Amino acid sequence: MLKGKVHKYGANVDTDVIIPARYLNIYDPAELAKHCMEDIDQDFLKRVEPGDIIMATTNFGCGSSREHAPLAIKAAGISCVIAKSFARIFFRNAINIGLPLLESEEAVDKTDSGDILEVDLARGQIKNLTKNLTFTASPYPDFMTGIISAGGLIEYTKQRLASRRV
Amino acid sequence: MNLAEKIIAAHTDKKEVSPGEFVNVRVDLILANDITAPIAIREFRRIGVSKVFDPKRVVMVLDHFVPNKDIATAEISKMMREFCAEQGALFFEVGKAGIEHALLPEEGLVLPGELVIGGDSHTCTYGALGAFSTGVGSTDLAAAMATGDIWMKVPPTIKFIYHGNLGKWIGGKDLILYTIGDIGVDGALYSAMEFSGEAIDALSMDGRFTMANMAIEAGAKAGLFRVDNKTQLYIKSRARRPYHVYEPDRDAEYAKVIEYDVSGMEPQVALPHLPSNTKTVSEVGGIEIDQAVIGSCTNGRLEDLRVAAQILKGRKVHPRVRCIVIPGTQQIYLDALSEGLIEIFIKAGAVVSTPTCGPCCGGHMGVLAEGERCISTTNRNFIGRMGSPKSEVYLSNPAVAAASAIAGSIISPAEIN
Ligand code: SF4
Repeated sequence: MLKGKVHKYGANVDTDVIIPARYLNIYDPAELAKHCMEDIDQDFLKRVEPGDIIMATTNFGCGSSREHAPLAIKAAGISCVIAKSFARIFFRNAINIGLPLLESEEAVDKTDSGDILEVDLARGQIKNLTKNLTFTASPYPDFMTGIISAGGLIEYTKQRLASRRV
Repeated sequence: MNLAEKIIAAHTDKKEVSPGEFVNVRVDLILANDITAPIAIREFRRIGVSKVFDPKRVVMVLDHFVPNKDIATAEISKMMREFCAEQGALFFEVGKAGIEHALLPEEGLVLPGELVIGGDSHTCTYGALGAFSTGVGSTDLAAAMATGDIWMKVPPTIKFIYHGNLGKWIGGKDLILYTIGDIGVDGALYSAMEFSGEAIDALSMDGRFTMANMAIEAGAKAGLFRVDNKTQLYIKSRARRPYHVYEPDRDAEYAKVIEYDVSGMEPQVALPHLPSNTKTVSEVGGIEIDQAVIGSCTNGRLEDLRVAAQILKGRKVHPRVRCIVIPGTQQIYLDALSEGLIEIFIKAGAVVSTPTCGPCCGGHMGVLAEGERCISTTNRNFIGRMGSPKSEVYLSNPAVAAASAIAGSIISPAEIN
């Protein structure tokens, strides 16, 4: 069960503002986290606490394929991202590195910045404790659940290669 | 099946695939660059296999921060150089390379009907060759380097038909900016785009690369063109292995068909801070600029440089403006040199840089200060893309960028005389 305070953004939050390219000469997640969201929200790092949740409307993570973006978000302490929709490559990258993403229009419409949410990933349930509301996120396809339950794509690939060898 | 489905199916053990289906696809080529390779190499090591699945199908290119801009990027280059030497993978060194998406087609490393993944969102560029190519992240690269395949959801395809004739100074950049302006930056999210129509038939290969390049700016997974005589001509001297051309079926299914008449279209400009924020150049009306960039994987090819040179020839860049011209690859640089284009640029007061991504992603070689404005032939104008979060980027074709460099403000090439 995840629990945290919401940091809410609008549409088309792109990878250049999540982690600007000027920092892409580093790839250590903790170092990247120090610049997470700084171009659109300078106080983000001051406000964020471990377990907090990023929320956005549509097309979150659009732009480049840099995995530095979900890595920076995860290392900043964010437990999951909830949006109406995600950009395709960002979605893959987050699943592959084990940053949970949830899609729910209703949760985004009815939640404000600062609200406290409780998220049950296994059931796809989002509870807004501040407003006493409950929402359901779209379930992951079975295929992706395999990657998530293995703990990310690297672990999943290890298992696949091991089963090929037998 | 449509074009995307045909190519994907050919890379699985299935006869047919349909949108929404999850499949494992074999990859013909895996690309990594100096941003995505370090994490890919680190994650590859974690998998615990010692060798990549096929060293001839793994290619690494130094382009974003080269020649090395600082110690950190020098370390990254070194790591890639050593990894490729150890694995026997293809490696493009400074001086023998260029921007990955201009370089790989030029080298014949991507061919029609192939399935390519790259750790760079603009990997979709190769759709111009009738290949299914798409951007992925570093962990995906690591897994694919180990296994030779990748999981993928078969995308629905949106078909775009462009009717009419292209006017003077109108190129692929205008068609794709217009399209993104119409459907929005998530207008093709999770989908493939298939481009067709008589305006596309008339478009050069360089113009098609420009269009496919920006499919990602509409959120698409790929942007595909059918193979025609122009494609075959481009491929003929380059291909070093056999390839297969796929055609969409007559009764192929599309999620949507969108048609445009492009006759009389004006050059398009995307205003800050989204590529979908498009207007015609005359609607933009005289916005003053500090810098003009002509280059990138979108518009750094020979045809782009020729167009820019046509306008810059015998003229001077406005005293207030820095004009930066970046040929996409060493070969393009050399061709531009022998055609006399480089001399035209330098005499006009532009700086000509060695092939690099440079300012396109705010890396180096033309980073913007607070309050500065740049007209650029690149593909993204997000906040802070070229430097300060308080700078602005306007996207256009090379003709508009060159004309604006002379005028000192954004104007139509038709107004330069
Ligand atoms: S030129 Fe720009 S968009 Fe193209 S690969 Fe380089 S940084 Fe990316």
